[in-house]
Amino acid sequence: MSTPAPLLVWEGHLAVYRKIWKSHVLGAFVQPLLYLVGMGVGVGSLVDANTGADAALGGVTYFEFLAPALLATTAMTSGGQTSLWEVLDGFLWSNRYRAMSATPVSPRQIASGLALWHATRTAVVVIGVALVLALFDETRSWGLVPAVVVAVLVGLAFAMPISAWASTRNGGASFPTIIRFVLIPMFLFGGAFFPIDQLPDWIQPVAYVTPLWHGIELCRGFVIDGIDPGPIGVHLAVIGVYVAAGTLACAGTFTRRLRS
Amino acid sequence: MECDGAGAVPCGLVTASVIEARDLRKQFGDFVAVDGIEFDVAPGESFGFLGPNGAGKTSTMRMIGCVSPVTSGTLRIFGLDPDRDGSLIRGRMGVVPQADQLDAELTVIENLVIYGRYFDIPRAECRRRAAELLEFVQLIERADQRVEPLSGGMKRRLTIARSLMNEPDLLLLDEPTTGLDPQARHILWDRLYRLKQRGVTLVLTTHYMDEAEQLCDRLVVMDRGSIVADGAPRSLIEQYSTREVLELRFAPAAHDVVDHSDAATVGSTPVQLVDPRLDGLGDRIEPLPDRILIYAHDGEAALAEVHRRGLDPVGSLVRRSSLEDVFLRLTGRTLID
Repeated sequence: MSTPAPLLVWEGHLAVYRKIWKSHVLGAFVQPLLYLVGMGVGVGSLVDANTGADAALGGVTYFEFLAPALLATTAMTSGGQTSLWEVLDGFLWSNRYRAMSATPVSPRQIASGLALWHATRTAVVVIGVALVLALFDETRSWGLVPAVVVAVLVGLAFAMPISAWASTRNGGASFPTIIRFVLIPMFLFGGAFFPIDQLPDWIQPVAYVTPLWHGIELCRGFVIDGIDPGPIGVHLAVIGVYVAAGTLACAGTFTRRLRS
Repeated sequence: MECDGAGAVPCGLVTASVIEARDLRKQFGDFVAVDGIEFDVAPGESFGFLGPNGAGKTSTMRMIGCVSPVTSGTLRIFGLDPDRDGSLIRGRMGVVPQADQLDAELTVIENLVIYGRYFDIPRAECRRRAAELLEFVQLIERADQRVEPLSGGMKRRLTIARSLMNEPDLLLLDEPTTGLDPQARHILWDRLYRLKQRGVTLVLTTHYMDEAEQLCDRLVVMDRGSIVADGAPRSLIEQYSTREVLELRFAPAAHDVVDHSDAATVGSTPVQLVDPRLDGLGDRIEPLPDRILIYAHDGEAALAEVHRRGLDPVGSLVRRSSLEDVFLRLTGRTLID
């Protein structure tokens, strides 16, 4: 029985991950916990004291509003930031992808193996967040299970296009720009910390085309009773388009880089 | 041409070559890296590409390694087309790249096992082979250490061990000893020689003469994308050079060495002016930036003649001709600028 090549690529990533998993898993718990306590409880007590706030939040407390969104935002930052450096490392420093490409594994298979790997690592982080959420009465729900799946897809929706882009770079000089002008604005204005209808009208459509907002809507809808996730199919389709386009782009850019 | 088994095409001859290249070209945009080269490599042979940086050696190796598409011409490896059967060919080949691509995060043995897995070799078999190969490259006592603190020579040996994980029939080595100290190079040559004795076909690039002479049964000399000569190292030397070479160095003041207005150069460096009193010595005189080479059958006799003509070089050396001289003769340039 032969093993599919993308799984072999996944195995290679896993071997390296086994060296660093402790700090990674720890980070996965600590960061969302900090946001939950700092924003959810701290800022939340101010927000909830403001009459009319619960109407704007859809009839729930600020903690309930924020907590499930952290599944999607954590997936985005994890998927987005780690893929930038990991891909650059594979082409420039460890040369992992060049080594793989001398074996029967093709660049396309390297790209699909990378997608599997991004999904796995994002899942580790997101499950960490879900376990933290399960500690609180407000967010202890079976809805966390589909929310984790959605969050993994959100992670891929960022990881794959960013991997494709990173695979065309020869250094990380432009990466802080991506983080500052793409990931942080989405993190702040993607609907995690306040509803996007609080934003000026002209900017709201921007949220509709980003995978993060769709992921947040789904996570919130699945986890919190009384919040409607909206059109599930449309949300998943938008996220899916980013995952598919990013993976295809990766297959192309990896082939170009490794088969010149 | 297909081997039809009916005798119309002699099967033995068709399958004889491990690598067969005809009018092979590689172009990057307007730049022609490999310009229509032809060569065959027989099973068990050790074959070299010799040439300066930029001669097209690495581009050729990458095409053979099935990681760089052929621009035009024919290339067959194990009788297969890299364009169609790249994955199959790579599965039977080992590659030692110019720069080590070891995973610094992993231990020595993990580097081998993980790499073996890319060939879909079962994990237990990977571990067995890895231990055996670490023995072979004399790194077994380092098996569980991380890669990072290893010396350059050790990393190279580990890279060679890694390239052997799939028990390849053909091993490609791109400048295997560049940057290593002499002792590390000799250890490496010894290991490669043992592989050759086991029947592994070796194809290597180098710009070191001694390496080519040590390792290659046959080689091609490449310059600017073309093959300018091919043959066994010894026969190339016999064909293109004299038995011995006399190297002379003159003191700058006594000789008025470098004339920058003179057009004679090696690469872009002006060469020494040849004193007219050297005329007629040996078969050929080759001025270099730092010394003058006199190609002669008997170097000592030529040196005696230099002194008899009243010249007083500050340094002189009689040596046997090497591939370096062949290269100089064929291209007018030295191998390492």
